[in-house]
Amino acid sequence: MSARILISSAVLDEQSAVNALSHDGAGATVTFVGRVRGDSRGRSVEKLEYDAYPEMAEIVFERIAREIRAKFDIVDIAIHHRVGALAVGEISVVIAVSAAHRPAAFDACRDAIDTLKRIAPIWKKEFAADGATWVEDRP
Amino acid sequence: MPLHIIVRLFASHREAAGTGSVEVRLEQGATAADAFARARDVHPELPADTNNVAFAVNREFARPDTQLAEGDEVAVLPPVAGG
Repeated sequence: MSARILISSAVLDEQSAVNALSHDGAGATVTFVGRVRGDSRGRSVEKLEYDAYPEMAEIVFERIAREIRAKFDIVDIAIHHRVGALAVGEISVVIAVSAAHRPAAFDACRDAIDTLKRIAPIWKKEFAADGATWVEDRP
Repeated sequence: MPLHIIVRLFASHREAAGTGSVEVRLEQGATAADAFARARDVHPELPADTNNVAFAVNREFARPDTQLAEGDEVAVLPPVAGG
């Protein structure tokens, strides 16, 4: 059984997040997978580097999961985030949600990734041909 | 009795200071914002403008005026960009 909450420098895959879920009574699974894009604001991105406050990010992920379970009629949720250096195309984040029916699974998954992007103590630096910058605005 | 506080730095702040952690001494009654100001005394490369940073004390989000206790860990969080 893999962990529901994971912050790791190891390669992520969506199946591990799905495998971490309870599917008891669940007829639907929705997964969001975020990958490193090769362009950002008109610049070509070579790689990304994620920095994190891992001890706090874990607490924040647990809180997001708890609040999502309270807010939506779902069975389970898993949140996995990668840190360190990532190449274009690699997976940076996976959110997986199981629920009895699809509407709650879709809604919960979207709410979870939106909340994570807004509050999780994680940062990313984009390396482009013309230099490297910490991303400090929200796309 | 002075307070011994650990200030944690991340992302652009970590790079500017050249370290992810600064130990500072503060007077009783000092706040999270005071801890960052003291860290900036040690590492003047840190930004003076704290309008767009958030604070956490002992891994919980906290207001800049949160009063600190001995041994607290203050984290200074630049605008986040996870996901």
